[in-house]
Amino acid sequence: MATQDIIARSATTTPSPSVRQTDEVAKLIDTTVCIGCKACQVACSEWNDLRDEVGDNVGVYDNPTDLTADSWTVMRFDEHETSEGDLEWLIRKDGCMHCEDPGCLKACPSPGAIVKYDNGIVDFDQDKCIGCGYCITGCPFDVPRISQKDNKAYKCTLCSDRVSVGLEPACVKTCPTGAIVFGTKDDMKEHANWRIQDLKGRGYENAGLYDPPGVGGTHVMYVLHHADKPQLYSDLPRDPAISPLVGAWKGVAKPLAMLAMAATAAAGFFHYIRIGPNRVSKEDEAAVEQDSAQAGSNSPEAGGKSDEQ
Amino acid sequence: MNSNQNQDLQRYNANERSNHWAVALLFVMAALSGLALFHPALFWMTNLFGGGPWTRILHPFIGVAMMLFFLGLAFRFAGRNRFKAHDRQWLSQWRDMISNREENLPRIGKYNAGQKLLFWVLVVSMLALLFSGIVIWREYFSGFFGIGVIRFASLLHAVAAFVLISSIIVHIYAAIWVKGSVGAMTSGKVSRAWARKHHALWYDEVRKNQR
Ligand code: HEM
Ligand code: SF4
Repeated sequence: MATQDIIARSATTTPSPSVRQTDEVAKLIDTTVCIGCKACQVACSEWNDLRDEVGDNVGVYDNPTDLTADSWTVMRFDEHETSEGDLEWLIRKDGCMHCEDPGCLKACPSPGAIVKYDNGIVDFDQDKCIGCGYCITGCPFDVPRISQKDNKAYKCTLCSDRVSVGLEPACVKTCPTGAIVFGTKDDMKEHANWRIQDLKGRGYENAGLYDPPGVGGTHVMYVLHHADKPQLYSDLPRDPAISPLVGAWKGVAKPLAMLAMAATAAAGFFHYIRIGPNRVSKEDEAAVEQDSAQAGSNSPEAGGKSDEQ
Repeated sequence: MNSNQNQDLQRYNANERSNHWAVALLFVMAALSGLALFHPALFWMTNLFGGGPWTRILHPFIGVAMMLFFLGLAFRFAGRNRFKAHDRQWLSQWRDMISNREENLPRIGKYNAGQKLLFWVLVVSMLALLFSGIVIWREYFSGFFGIGVIRFASLLHAVAAFVLISSIIVHIYAAIWVKGSVGAMTSGKVSRAWARKHHALWYDEVRKNQR
């Protein structure tokens, strides 16, 4: 995407180019339609030329079992028993949520290593990444992963390379059931509304859209059967937000600490200018000579002994 | 008259001085490399360490090395930094100190109450930096800790570094302000008049031991 389209940049205190306005995009993942086939996982590794290590089957369908620097999206499977005793298989495609207010970008110390485009996509520029892992600390969804190979952080790009030339993300392109759709955020909300009406008509009265306001909304949204209990879907956070600890650390603490350190140094400087150095005086020197003369003659000085050991 | 009586007094021996400057140099490197990652305005300082990734790699090792030397220094100086009854009085008269009216203050030993306070603030903030630094050391250790602990440690590390750096600014200024102090850590010696004026009880003690 053009540099003109970068509207937020990590570790940058001045505004990023913000004259151009393009539509915000979003990917909508309908968990109620997903069959867990993992075609999207494959499409992701194909398009991005990623080949994760082949792992072991751990007895459930989750494979790989977690996001890695080479697996930017994974399907998470949860078996949920409803109050009526029915079994539901809740399958969630996990990956970067592309927050409107990204915690990774807030925490990252390297200028421009994390950028947000004006269409809402949050992208990492590995060339500028220093590998500190602050993005992991800042992320409310536990998404970024640092590669063992190169110590750079990786995550879903929402196929920013494809989107910038008018294509939809690889996972969307490949999904055989239409569970993943992509478009402007407004269109996706409308699409979700229609899906939610349908679900409610079929008895899922808590069906709803997951677009959490705590992070300003996300550019990856879910349609959930149980929008009142997102935790059912492999611990999807109920009300995600940038942690107040991270907010303090990479928010107020930065300017305050800088100001206070500068003020301390300035206080020293002006103390020297106004009050001046603390020097040994002529009288002090005379007193020392007197002490020495006394000690040289006879009596041991009456100075008393130090209270120190 | 004993010729000894006019010579400068030994305040720090060669080992103490080397230890102090090892800590000081490593502190400057730890502080510059850490601050480079703290505020965007200081990110350029990563160039002093060979770029961003090198700064990230080196900083924790520099920090640990500084800690090891600091432990040595702390053990050497802890005994002399225990608070005594007269320290409270001294602290309550801090205005006399900063106004260069030292003669109004109680006679004190090798360290004044301000120096003792600094010593213990350094001990606490260094320990906080060590423990929090290990938690946020992504390459080797962060995997052992939960996200809440890592977030807390990140904030703690920044706060402790701020306290430490501010304290050291005060420490350096004090050395510039109180003339004759720097020699104590370079040649190891201070003049008798300096000792008598600033650390009267220590002055008495050293003279007594000389005879
Ligand atoms: C005692 C051993 C220390 C350890 C193990 C340690 C470790 C770390 C680590 C792992 C980081 C994250 C960046 C990176 O991976 O390089 C960091 C950041 C930092 N360190 Fe240390 N450090 C130590 C001592 C110090 C000292 C002595 C200072 C200050 C004088 C300091 C100041 C900082 C600062 C200002 C940051 C940036 C924090 C931020 O981004 O908010 N550290 N340290
Ligand atoms: S690991 Fe890279 S992207 Fe993540 S916060 Fe550090 S510099 Fe930024």
